[in-house]
Amino acid sequence: MREFSYSLAASLEDAAHRAKAAGALLIAGGTTLLDLAKCGVTEPEAVVDISKLTGFGEIEVTDGGVKIGALARMSDVAEHAELQQYFPAVTQSLSLAASAQLRNMATIGGNLLQRTRCNYFRDPAAFPACNKRNPGSGCSALGGVTRNHAVLGVSEHCIATYHGDLAVALTAFDAVIELTGREIGIEDFFLLPGDTPDRETVLQPGEIITGIRIAATPAARKSLYLKVRDRQSYEFAAASAAVGLELEADGGTIRDIRVALGGVATKPWRARAVEQALIGKTLTEDTVREASRLAVEGAVAHGDNAYKIDLVPRVVARAILTVGGLA
Amino acid sequence: MTDPISLNLKINGQSHALDVEPRVTLLDALREHLHLTGTKKGCDQGQCGACTVFVDGRRVLSCLTLAAQAEGAEITTIEGLAGADGALHPVQEAFLEHDAFQCGYCTPGQIMSAVACIKEGHAGSEAEIREYMSGNLCRCGAYNSIVAAVRQAAEAV
Repeated sequence: MREFSYSLAASLEDAAHRAKAAGALLIAGGTTLLDLAKCGVTEPEAVVDISKLTGFGEIEVTDGGVKIGALARMSDVAEHAELQQYFPAVTQSLSLAASAQLRNMATIGGNLLQRTRCNYFRDPAAFPACNKRNPGSGCSALGGVTRNHAVLGVSEHCIATYHGDLAVALTAFDAVIELTGREIGIEDFFLLPGDTPDRETVLQPGEIITGIRIAATPAARKSLYLKVRDRQSYEFAAASAAVGLELEADGGTIRDIRVALGGVATKPWRARAVEQALIGKTLTEDTVREASRLAVEGAVAHGDNAYKIDLVPRVVARAILTVGGLA
Repeated sequence: MTDPISLNLKINGQSHALDVEPRVTLLDALREHLHLTGTKKGCDQGQCGACTVFVDGRRVLSCLTLAAQAEGAEITTIEGLAGADGALHPVQEAFLEHDAFQCGYCTPGQIMSAVACIKEGHAGSEAEIREYMSGNLCRCGAYNSIVAAVRQAAEAV
């Protein structure tokens, strides 16, 4: 890890001001920043600590929904009894992520900004070519070992997966990200790689995530986060699905359904085609399995990750059938 | 070279003054500067759990914590777990009884994590213990004995 200076931010304004300087990075939980600094992926000159700022770590539940401060820890949100009741997919996405120690450290704002686990991205010494790290240098993953790479939202410049779980659940329920000075819907917050894979979000220099808001809806309350992976715990998703379901009063017709995917796309991925195919339909296994195939519309495999195209519809179907009481 | 910073860390109830480079992690501060070598360095990247300590009573990874960020907090390491009279913590006793290790390198982290796992109320079943201890890897594969030790200790404390 290269040398850097360390200082405490005096206030949010102070942090925002100092984060604009070249070579400056903010630290909160530190689980991403220090990991990437040790890999040589990031080489900050100045680290500004925002973890001690007060007023950004609270979880406020209201009639309309919840506001989660950016400095709330993953474990605090995961274990929050009211959130478990009203937003089970959100709390499950956190409980199923990382390890207990990391969940005690990592903040909600930092969680959203975690970087890809692409092994080529994470190893600059062995793989200098990476368009995400070094625009224009090429992509070492193309033609490489791609078991964990994305099949949705990829470009010819980058196929790195967004591996976070929380953002997937938030995407299913149209969470709003609060920044210093503005707010933005989560789907617009994350960017597709396109020909600028180094730009992952709309955050501008000096902009800081201050919180997230999720509206309370029947679908969010009847929701589930299903994570399928190579080992049972402490592992990133091979494929995951956040789903929410609201039925009509008849108990069988789908009024609202939300589906978002993780572990298979370059950003948290809303599967709207699946939702649109199911709204107004009767909830049956056949209907769900048929619609779930639409989750991989436009998917592109690169060798080892072709299995995800088969896996995703099954994960989506199982998640919907489970939340609908049919599995 | 970046100027060292002066820190005062409270570890196992004792204050320690030290001057370190800002990039020094809590793990390196403990081992290299304060010679508290019970906390182990495994992967040094947040993947193995060998460096688990408590910061203000919560289990965290000292390899991904800057020493500077731990200033002002109550830090507990494996050396601080036994009683003042040297009596072992019930989790330490249970690890001995169940032979819950082979080489022993991951053991301090396992024990710290187990103490927290029990305190958090996540040691209610074998499945729950396995889930909430999953951040601590044991390359010798002593998992069955570790789970048995945690189960026994959870009933004892």
